[in-house]
Amino acid sequence: MGGWRSGILAAALGLSVWQGVVWATGLPHFILPGPLRVAAAFVDSWELIAEHAVVTMGEVLIGLSLGATLGAITAVQLAMSPSARALARPILVFSQAVPVFALAPILTLWFGYGLWSKVAMAVLIIYFPVASSFFDGLSRTPPGWLDLARTMGASPARIMWSVRIPAATPSLASGLRLAAVYAPIGAVIGEWVGASQGLGYLMLLANGRAKIDLMFAATISLALMTVLLYAAMDQLCKYLTERMS
Amino acid sequence: MTHARPSIALGIRFSGGCRIDGATLFSPLSLEIGAGEWTCLLGPSGVGKSTVLRLIAGLATAMEFDGEITASDGQPLEGRIAYMAQSDLLLPWLDVLGNVTLGASLRGAKREKDRAQRMIARVGLSAHAHKRPSQLSGGQRQRVALARTLMEDRPVILLDEPFSALDARTRAEMQELAAELLAGRTVLLVTHDPAEAARLSHRIAVLTEAGLTPIEPPSTPPIRPVDDPETLARQGALLRMLREPA
Repeated sequence: MGGWRSGILAAALGLSVWQGVVWATGLPHFILPGPLRVAAAFVDSWELIAEHAVVTMGEVLIGLSLGATLGAITAVQLAMSPSARALARPILVFSQAVPVFALAPILTLWFGYGLWSKVAMAVLIIYFPVASSFFDGLSRTPPGWLDLARTMGASPARIMWSVRIPAATPSLASGLRLAAVYAPIGAVIGEWVGASQGLGYLMLLANGRAKIDLMFAATISLALMTVLLYAAMDQLCKYLTERMS
Repeated sequence: MTHARPSIALGIRFSGGCRIDGATLFSPLSLEIGAGEWTCLLGPSGVGKSTVLRLIAGLATAMEFDGEITASDGQPLEGRIAYMAQSDLLLPWLDVLGNVTLGASLRGAKREKDRAQRMIARVGLSAHAHKRPSQLSGGQRQRVALARTLMEDRPVILLDEPFSALDARTRAEMQELAAELLAGRTVLLVTHDPAEAARLSHRIAVLTEAGLTPIEPPSTPPIRPVDDPETLARQGALLRMLREPA
């Protein structure tokens, strides 16, 4: 369990640096609260934080599932059809040149202040990394396997399903790992633009009321949630990759 | 053995030349692949041996081929060949049984597990049928590839240096196993190993930059013992041919 030990050590180091900065700068607690004050805010308001965290988690999980599914389907479509590739690739690249932040107000206008505008943000932000890394994997099937499958009389669809997709699992896995980290960013941006629930909303609310300790507690909760999500996704990806190799 | 051999063996005639980006890979040549025989196409790397095999297999090449490939019964070759390469091409996520029945799965056909088990038994791997390729040695993996090739039950077998990555002992064993199990089928073996050509062939054709030269195989039928003097002498003569400047 060396991983745990180094994790605890790193956390202790981070907390001491944080406390050191608080002491050294002498900033008031409504500008920079120390770790103890934030911990106290966490204990006092854990029900409030948990309530909002559940909302954000829901948005993230739905967005992650939808975005990953759409991204994977797109990758398979692109890999199957050269004409789809020629048409869709410039659109995909252009869509990445538009900052997702800039789309948030429009998405809120279209999907309202509730769950779906945040889901849409999460979907938009993870769609491209999943589609592009999976497509990359699908384009790199070892040529010998394709030759073998062709001499066996396999149709392109069967080759896709039984050879190319399993062979591209490690690439899909790296896309999914990125997606697990990006999806909460999307959801929180959505909440900043317009929401009445969620950790992003709670951060803005706490900030507006100068409850900087609560804002820190919400931010740290979001970070912990993202780390947990990444760890879960990493386990899933490891399982899938081992299954396929 | 319960496994039926194809009733009528198929001969193949390859004639034509190949160009790549306007440059000649090989000038027009004519290669006879005898029905029910092992024909060896021997040559150094880069002269186009594998291209000949890929063209017969109907696989994509970057070449412009000008010529024709005909079967002795005049029918297309598509669907009548099985292919085995230098790399075993086993899918790592399938076990031995899954790899041996890959062709049926890829065609959406019934997997015929009993027949697959018999093929696995014939290559001596019954105890390993549910292992993944990563749990097998290189020689065992190539045996699985041979079982997969047999499972396809095609009259024409195209072998692209299938034994060249194996150590000397395993290679000799695999040659014997393949000669036994593929007997009666039409086999094209592409190789750069004169010993393999001298040992296994009914017909030998040497492809070099100078063109294609048919060579008489040793007088005894294949597969020949590794220490047969005539086979060893032919191996030496073939190596000398390969080393001649173009």
